[in-house]
Amino acid sequence: MALSRRHPAAVFAVLAIALGTTGAAYAAVSASTAPKQVVKSATQVEQGKSLFLEGCSSCHGLAAQGSSDGPSLIGVGSAAVDFQVGSGRMPLAGPAVQAVSKPSQYSESEIAALAAYVASVGPGPAIPTQDMLKTDGADLALGGELFRTNCSQCHSVSGKGGALSEGRWAPNLMGADGKEMYEAMVTGPQNMPIFSDKTITVEEKQAIIRYLQELQKQESPGGAALGRLGPVTEGLFLFIVGLGALIVVAVWIGAKAK
Amino acid sequence: MNEIQHGSSDPIGAVDGHDVVSGKPIVPLGHHELRRADIDPKAAIRAERQVATMFSLSSLMIVSSIVAFIKVPNDTLVILPLFGPVNANHITVGSLLGLGIFLIGTGAIHWAKKLMPDVEVTEERHAFASSAEDKAAFGQAIRDGKAASGVGERKIIRRSLLGALALFPLPLVVFLRDLGPMPNKRLRETIWDKDIQILTDATYRPIRPEDIPIGGLVNALPANLLKIEEEDGNLNERGKASIILIRMAPADIVSQQGEGWDYQGILAYSKICTHVGCPISLYQQRTHHLLCPCHQSTFDLADSGNVVFGPAARRMPQLPITVNAQGYLVAASGFKEPIGPSFWERG
Repeated sequence: MALSRRHPAAVFAVLAIALGTTGAAYAAVSASTAPKQVVKSATQVEQGKSLFLEGCSSCHGLAAQGSSDGPSLIGVGSAAVDFQVGSGRMPLAGPAVQAVSKPSQYSESEIAALAAYVASVGPGPAIPTQDMLKTDGADLALGGELFRTNCSQCHSVSGKGGALSEGRWAPNLMGADGKEMYEAMVTGPQNMPIFSDKTITVEEKQAIIRYLQELQKQESPGGAALGRLGPVTEGLFLFIVGLGALIVVAVWIGAKAK
Repeated sequence: MNEIQHGSSDPIGAVDGHDVVSGKPIVPLGHHELRRADIDPKAAIRAERQVATMFSLSSLMIVSSIVAFIKVPNDTLVILPLFGPVNANHITVGSLLGLGIFLIGTGAIHWAKKLMPDVEVTEERHAFASSAEDKAAFGQAIRDGKAASGVGERKIIRRSLLGALALFPLPLVVFLRDLGPMPNKRLRETIWDKDIQILTDATYRPIRPEDIPIGGLVNALPANLLKIEEEDGNLNERGKASIILIRMAPADIVSQQGEGWDYQGILAYSKICTHVGCPISLYQQRTHHLLCPCHQSTFDLADSGNVVFGPAARRMPQLPITVNAQGYLVAASGFKEPIGPSFWERG
């Protein structure tokens, strides 16, 4: 028998490493910041303006009017600033098809100042208040229906996110907090469309957030969820482990007895 | 099964009794190497015990799986390496039953490999064609039958038989025609019509133009759907009439399927992919592209819903919209072309 038994073992080792890495990646949960009231004072707007000129104006223009390198921020509102800067997507690390979430470059008070300044150049969606983010009495079933109708196409029915065109993607919502979800719905970051408070009311948004928060708490009683990506990872797992085991058995059956 | 006579010449691909590629000696046909269990009675007994052990272990596992099914709690999670938290009952019953069945198989294979006769046998190939005598006999039988029945001379029998055979498939055509009503215009029409109000999906509220900001998306349905579903619970109309409303800056609209089919930058498009009919609302508000997750067909909603990528062969049909006297968004007419995937009669 020239066939070495090491090959199947190596397959299992590679699989163990791959599964471990994937698990660790999914375990990384982004830090959440508590929503807080933005007090718009003249000095805060002034502070925001100087921060803006220093860190944002090279792309978004000296008066937030936008340039060839970045969109206009007139009318995007304080919620957009809080979402983009608070989640570390802005400032951009470099030109890319999509901004990625990373630790925020600004302190909470600096973000509040930036938000106050951008809100002062044009009216837009405001940072949601604590009251708007209450989900205690929200209708979980309605939230699920609204999520499946309006959100699951891109973010997948498990909220794990999914691929879009030309290298873009809808992010994983399992690490997002309620404020981020709310701000994303009303401001439509990047390629996400806007779901205004008129077509999906505040109560309905609370229901969606509560549904997602329940999803985040879901255990996987079937063992490894493999990213909850469905047939892609499950198929790969079966291809490697299932077919690998079948090959090992077939080699054993075919080997001539001594 | 025949004994093969071995000549002195090497088989193809061999030189001096060695494989040309690997250089290893080729084991000639008819050569039989004895196994340890064939020579040594002790080895045979050992193999016998191994097989019996596997079968006995299997019995133990199968009985244990029944015990586990009853005894192991099915509301407890245990943490397994690689698998994470799994239901204690499921994993125990599954593993025991699986191993039990697996051991029956391994025992049987081990038995066959170690103890059952392992003599090599050869079987020669045979020609597929029938012999010349068989062929001639068959031809003669046909000719004899023709002559005996007189089908050549008795024209009236022949013609009436042909007539009956020709009519035989006719009932099938009539019966199959009865399998279901013809689609008629149902593939071409939806329940959208002039002045039908547009409602939000899942919450069924009318929509004002000012409710949709630029970059906004609304999944929507026709108001008359609610009445139809109340009457017969049919989901087909919902499947055909689902639309999305999007709003873009009027300057961003390159073209649309009809003059003034938008309302102040609000465009209504079918939600049903023209490839194989997946519902799609993966709208990217900066590129104005609508992506189908099933096969990656991509439509440019700023440019008449034309296909920019993927297997879809037709553009996404647009629904002309306007507002009614109360200021709510309504359809200006029904769809002007069939929605959804192509069909045979569409042409």
